[in-house]
Amino acid sequence: MDFLFITQQSLSAAIGVNTIIFALAAIGLNMHFGYTGLLNFGQAGFLAVGAYSVAVAVVSFNISLWIALLIGIGNSIILALLLGIPTLRLRADYLAIVTIAAGEIIRQIARSATFNDTLGGSDGITGKFGKEFFDLNPFSEGLNLPFLRYTPNDLWVVVVGWSVVALILALMWLLVNSPWGRLLKAIREDEDAVRSLGKNVYLYKIQSLIAGGVIGSIGGFVYALSRQSVQPDNYGTALTFFAYTVLILGGAARVMAPVAGAVIFWFLLVFVEQFLRQAVSAGYIPDWLIGVNQVGQIRFMLVGLGLMLLMIFRPQGIFGDRKELALDARA
Amino acid sequence: MRKKRFGALMMFATIATTLSCLGFGFGATGAASAATPTFIQGTLIDTEKNPLPGVGISATGPNNFSSTSITDSSGKWQIEVPVAAVYEVSINQEQLPDGQALTDPTRATIKANVISLGFNVTILFPIGPGVEKASDLERGAQLLADGLILALVIALAALGLNLVFGTTGLTNFAHGELLTLGGLLTYYLSAIVGLKVIFAVPIAVLLSAFIGGYLQDKVLWQPLRRRGTGLIAALIVSIGLAILIRYFFLFIFGGDTRQLPEYAGQDGLTIGLVSITPKSIITSSIGLAMLIAATMWLSRSHMGKASRAVADNPALASSSGIEVERVIRAVWILGATLAGFAGIMVTINQGVSFVLGQDLLLLIFAAVTLGGLGTINGALIGSLVIGVSIQLSTLFIPTELKYVGALAILIIILLVRPQGILGKKGRIG
Repeated sequence: MDFLFITQQSLSAAIGVNTIIFALAAIGLNMHFGYTGLLNFGQAGFLAVGAYSVAVAVVSFNISLWIALLIGIGNSIILALLLGIPTLRLRADYLAIVTIAAGEIIRQIARSATFNDTLGGSDGITGKFGKEFFDLNPFSEGLNLPFLRYTPNDLWVVVVGWSVVALILALMWLLVNSPWGRLLKAIREDEDAVRSLGKNVYLYKIQSLIAGGVIGSIGGFVYALSRQSVQPDNYGTALTFFAYTVLILGGAARVMAPVAGAVIFWFLLVFVEQFLRQAVSAGYIPDWLIGVNQVGQIRFMLVGLGLMLLMIFRPQGIFGDRKELALDARA
Repeated sequence: MRKKRFGALMMFATIATTLSCLGFGFGATGAASAATPTFIQGTLIDTEKNPLPGVGISATGPNNFSSTSITDSSGKWQIEVPVAAVYEVSINQEQLPDGQALTDPTRATIKANVISLGFNVTILFPIGPGVEKASDLERGAQLLADGLILALVIALAALGLNLVFGTTGLTNFAHGELLTLGGLLTYYLSAIVGLKVIFAVPIAVLLSAFIGGYLQDKVLWQPLRRRGTGLIAALIVSIGLAILIRYFFLFIFGGDTRQLPEYAGQDGLTIGLVSITPKSIITSSIGLAMLIAATMWLSRSHMGKASRAVADNPALASSSGIEVERVIRAVWILGATLAGFAGIMVTINQGVSFVLGQDLLLLIFAAVTLGGLGTINGALIGSLVIGVSIQLSTLFIPTELKYVGALAILIIILLVRPQGILGKKGRIG
């Protein structure tokens, strides 16, 4: 057992690229679910729109990356409007079903052979579409500390990614502590009361959906740029559900919670995987019980179990406030 | 007894190729995968998901790499590649069975980009009925028949989902796993234990009802109701449960689709304009009978009426002498029985994989939402609309986009009539 290696891998993951992606996805969900009470199960769709916008614009249409990013944000606003206008008048569980359906529509269109020429079919798009971004990389060497290891490109993504996360968190903090944010929380608690005060609840819900969706699509940018490729099956419902796990782990309706949740989630996920992998190959766990290739499945089983236990025994997550988020309200 | 068997079952669990597609974690962790063999792979199936064996698929790449694979009895093929590069994969169209052809003849050769070793690449050759085969009328009739069978599967599953929603308010995202459970039990009982399918099916249905209905409600949902867990919290618990069970199935069963050893390659009978396999006729008849029996039971029996009373107003039902918890337990068992059989129908006709239920779950939700959450007849009508429209839509749109069409119909109908076709207005808002 190489505990140094296990710790290095886990720590590198805990503040690595995947953590940034899931933190951004969960910050968006925090806006939807934590602050406004919208059950958006199509967050993967917003990430997919962000990622694909960048990849398609640069690879297929030769547009500059920086303009492509703007196009991605524009597209995610359009998606939020398309989703929100028909569904935000519905009850929470209808919204959940419609958004999850929309997310799947996006993934299946992206992976279909019909649009193979622009969207790349089931293999997605691979290319140097992040070139303009990596040209700015000031790091010629990667990081190679005993407990932390990144390639130069990963290091650049991590530094920029966390800066973006910090910026969005600051913005988020200002937003939720503004009158606008308090109105969202009021909608979450009692929609009818807000309506009786003469506020247009529908309009505020759409604004919340747009804000959270744009943050999600920025997560999609990071996903696409860090890998220099987009693959449709990465944007399935599992991504949305894991983002929810991250959010609930940290504690919904807390500004910092998605980041804390993402760090803990990825640390545990990689730690369990590496630990089991080594334990299996060192023979501590018999081969007939868990094969090396089954380790990945164990950790996802633990994610599912963790989400259940969290929701049952500590729905406010690690840092949340039980009074803040009354999930127990009967719909 | 079940526990003992798992030890043996785990031996059968194979490498989960699906996981490599998920891709989570690999980017950052750089898991030691350089030495793992890397494949370009795929499964050759027609539009009815029947495997197409004996078709040659070849790949060429740099350094004069060239290799060929023949699809096996389940339509699978895989070619091991030595280095990360772009390969050209082509299909030998002459070996396709009569009446089957590439839906897009320009895609006989596809570029496969192996990004790095350890990441398998899956290639899809869309195969459909050949152009010369059928008139639009024949195709339409065949698709209508297929659509009705799909509608039956969805309806069996949707009824239970809707009953549980009606009586407890739970939107159960783990309902799809009940279908997979029925299918896997049948597979294990027939392929591993060695029972004949006609004996394996009733046992699998009973076990589904017991494990998926009785035990699930007793161990998980009843205690949660007693705790007063909210509806949204319960919904998220069901998502966690779905993830847990799905990856458990992947763990013991592996990532591939397997056929039952019996009745695997049955020839279709031609009845009028449509061709249909005997196993499909038999399973559909049983499914239809179960569905009719269940609806009769719900509308005629004391327990059925009680379940509707509970759905309408639990407090009032309880105060008029109905044992609410018993009714809910009965509803769970009925739902698990029907869902288990729906999974068995899919297993017998198309084979079983760990995502069997997950793939159908959204369609089940679409059917239920379309008909109106919580209404029994609504679930049936919604299933009919979804099942038939999915199949018939392939007359106009590419087969691979048929689910997109169904989900789009769902969104459009909700725009016009948010409570669903038969839903009550009070249920939205």
